[in-house]
Amino acid sequence: MRDMSDKPLLDIRDLKIEATVYPPGEKPKTMTLVHGVSLTVEKGKVLGLIGESGAGKSTIGLSSMAYGRGGVRISGGEIFVNGRDIMKGGAQGLRELRGKEVTYVSQSAAASFNPAKRLMEQVIEASLIHGLMSKSDAEARAVGLFRKLGLPNPETFGERYPHQVSGGQLQRAMTAMALCPKPDLVVFDEPTTALDVTTQIDVLMAIKEAIRDTGVAALYITHDLAVVAQVSDEIMVLRHGKMVEWGTTDQIINKPREDYTRALVSVRSHEHAEKPSSGDPVLKVENVTARYRSVPIDVLKNVSVEIEPGHTLAVVGESGSGKSTLARAITGLLPPMRGQMIFNGRTLSNDLAGRTKEDLRELQMIYQMADVAMNPRQTVATIIGRPLEFYFGLKGAERDRKVQELLDQIEMGKGFADRYPAELSGGQKQRVCIARSLAAKPKLIICDEVTSALDPLVAEGILKLLLDLQKQEKVAYLFITHDLATVRAIADSIAVMYKGQVVRYGPKSDVLAPPFDDYTDLLLSSVPELRLGWLEEVIAHRKMESAGN
Amino acid sequence: MSRIPLSALIGLVMTGAFFFTAIFAQWLAPYGLNEAVGDVWENPFWSSEPSEYLLGTDNIGRDLLSRMIYGCQITILLATASSAVAFLTGSILGFTAAVVGGWVDQVLSRLVDLFMSLPSLILALVILSVLNVTLPVLILVMGLLDSTRVYRLARAVAVDIVVMDYVEAARLRGEGTKWIIFREILPNALSPLVAELGLRFIFAVLFISTLSFLGLGVQPPLADWGGMVKENKDGLVYGISAALVPAIAIAVLAISVNLVADWVLNRTTSLKGGRGA
Repeated sequence: MRDMSDKPLLDIRDLKIEATVYPPGEKPKTMTLVHGVSLTVEKGKVLGLIGESGAGKSTIGLSSMAYGRGGVRISGGEIFVNGRDIMKGGAQGLRELRGKEVTYVSQSAAASFNPAKRLMEQVIEASLIHGLMSKSDAEARAVGLFRKLGLPNPETFGERYPHQVSGGQLQRAMTAMALCPKPDLVVFDEPTTALDVTTQIDVLMAIKEAIRDTGVAALYITHDLAVVAQVSDEIMVLRHGKMVEWGTTDQIINKPREDYTRALVSVRSHEHAEKPSSGDPVLKVENVTARYRSVPIDVLKNVSVEIEPGHTLAVVGESGSGKSTLARAITGLLPPMRGQMIFNGRTLSNDLAGRTKEDLRELQMIYQMADVAMNPRQTVATIIGRPLEFYFGLKGAERDRKVQELLDQIEMGKGFADRYPAELSGGQKQRVCIARSLAAKPKLIICDEVTSALDPLVAEGILKLLLDLQKQEKVAYLFITHDLATVRAIADSIAVMYKGQVVRYGPKSDVLAPPFDDYTDLLLSSVPELRLGWLEEVIAHRKMESAGN
Repeated sequence: MSRIPLSALIGLVMTGAFFFTAIFAQWLAPYGLNEAVGDVWENPFWSSEPSEYLLGTDNIGRDLLSRMIYGCQITILLATASSAVAFLTGSILGFTAAVVGGWVDQVLSRLVDLFMSLPSLILALVILSVLNVTLPVLILVMGLLDSTRVYRLARAVAVDIVVMDYVEAARLRGEGTKWIIFREILPNALSPLVAELGLRFIFAVLFISTLSFLGLGVQPPLADWGGMVKENKDGLVYGISAALVPAIAIAVLAISVNLVADWVLNRTTSLKGGRGA
């Protein structure tokens, strides 16, 4: 038990949170989202909340502002901020609390700013509403925060509209907005999750310095243990609305006590041994240049890559680098302007309409969002069975048998065939998508960020499955991802893309070994590592390099 | 299966009764459609002379109840058939425009814009006044005019569905336009379309009644409710109930179908994918 004499800033005791759901055709059900979680945050400290989706971390974060999102209500426990029970303050008490004592930084800054108002107006709004400072003082403070957060032209930054700044800058502007009214506590809800790794590192550093300099306390919510390890003093691991483990950052990442925490810590450590070269490539992309209609910019510039049978080529890059466009060019959805693709020794028609059924069958695709990659009105049996019927003419019992075989292959077993996608978990949905592409007996599967939308442990299972299937079926993967840990775990060769060009390409061992070109170095060094002090090291390293130049 | 709310139950029973009457009109009607049986405008409701006919008689002494029953048949037949025409053409063209895109979409959409820019009642009056008005012509004119509205809805719904990854997956598999329209898009667009069907049916009832009232709809010797209001409207001045009976019937039919449509709309919008519908 902690010493209760010095009152913590935030003290949540035995918090219970419920939500009522209304399933169609059934009686409303009450679900408990958070089962009695207690936590405290001292002044000026940062507590990281970590867990997979549905663990209740955002719900707990918002409860520190006595707020429940759509139908969610706090049904038990006490929440003290500055020693005051915020559940008993009534509407007036809440107004005093929100935007004054506790502020919030959400995941998607782009969706949280009013596009019709200038940034400055929105950043100082809370300070003015609460009468904390005069308009000129608030603006001066905002400019100071812009400078501290490393935003360009801090004097005039506030005059811009939200669409005139980048995603990373907007996220920092939102942090400035949260810090402007001098709150005691800031709730950061996955503030860097939507950003590219190279942007994430800057935002992370800016947030960390801003927290340190202003002495504010913070709840930092994320699913990425490596990120939270950089900014927090303590970490609480949550699962299914219960606390798994709570300790100092050092203890959680170096000496985890619980099995679940150990699994989270070790999830990124898989290394895949590179396969030896095996002869003629299954797909050769030669000098492909492509652009989208009506945009006179080449999204792909002279891209040439090869994939060998049964191998995995990982295409890495940040958003906008053209990696998904490469997939669209290969599948024929975006016919390239120049260049050609040779698949199985045959030249592929650039246009989807010109391809033979055989070409279509041997080249399959798996999507990032399994949710929208499956027709919600079709059963699993129809989804997996359709390629069997379409390509091989299988019908009736024979088709059902093959569907079950595929379900066994993706380790799902019996009882799933007549379910609808809405009745599957996220990982199961992605597995069904894998089975659907596998049903066509392809030579090459394009995997477009297939694990990005999944929780780390589930993603790990999917990667393992993909590797096993590769061994059994000798299928090649073109694996598009922005996550270098995934690349290490699955790739045989790597193509690094930047602004539509392949800047580095070769076997994994070559690409990931120095000497690096500038961009690959930036990309590799930006991937958060699960150890204390990593962030400072990288930043110091970069400062030294730029000073040397 | 959830319990049917009271309002929808009332709507279902009433709509069912109307359709039953329409289907079995020949057996239900006590007298013939054009059989003059009594005095002109016998009024059973508030006149001093009682009538032996339940709803009285019309402007030339025909049994109003029998004419109401036959009128029900014509009105519902026309509304159902024209809604069916509107939905078949509207949704198939709308889906095709969304799936194929490009100039096909442009041509169809601009054509629909053109038709929607003209008031449909006036357009119908112009077309019907130059044509020989028979039941099939009426059905086609009303159905095609209404199909512009359905086209709009179907296209808007389908455009949202076409960009989903599962439709792209189907295209990559090599599926044809027919599969994409009927197997990928239609099941997902059904809920808003079914709800719209109810509304369109009501509008069709009102539309056909309006046309007949103006004399360009159902032609004698056939009778529908709108035409019956027209035939008997002069009696209103003398306190005769005959014109009110078909008017009330039109309102009751519209309301009861609406009650059902509301319930379907509620039920299907709460189903975000998955079982049912």
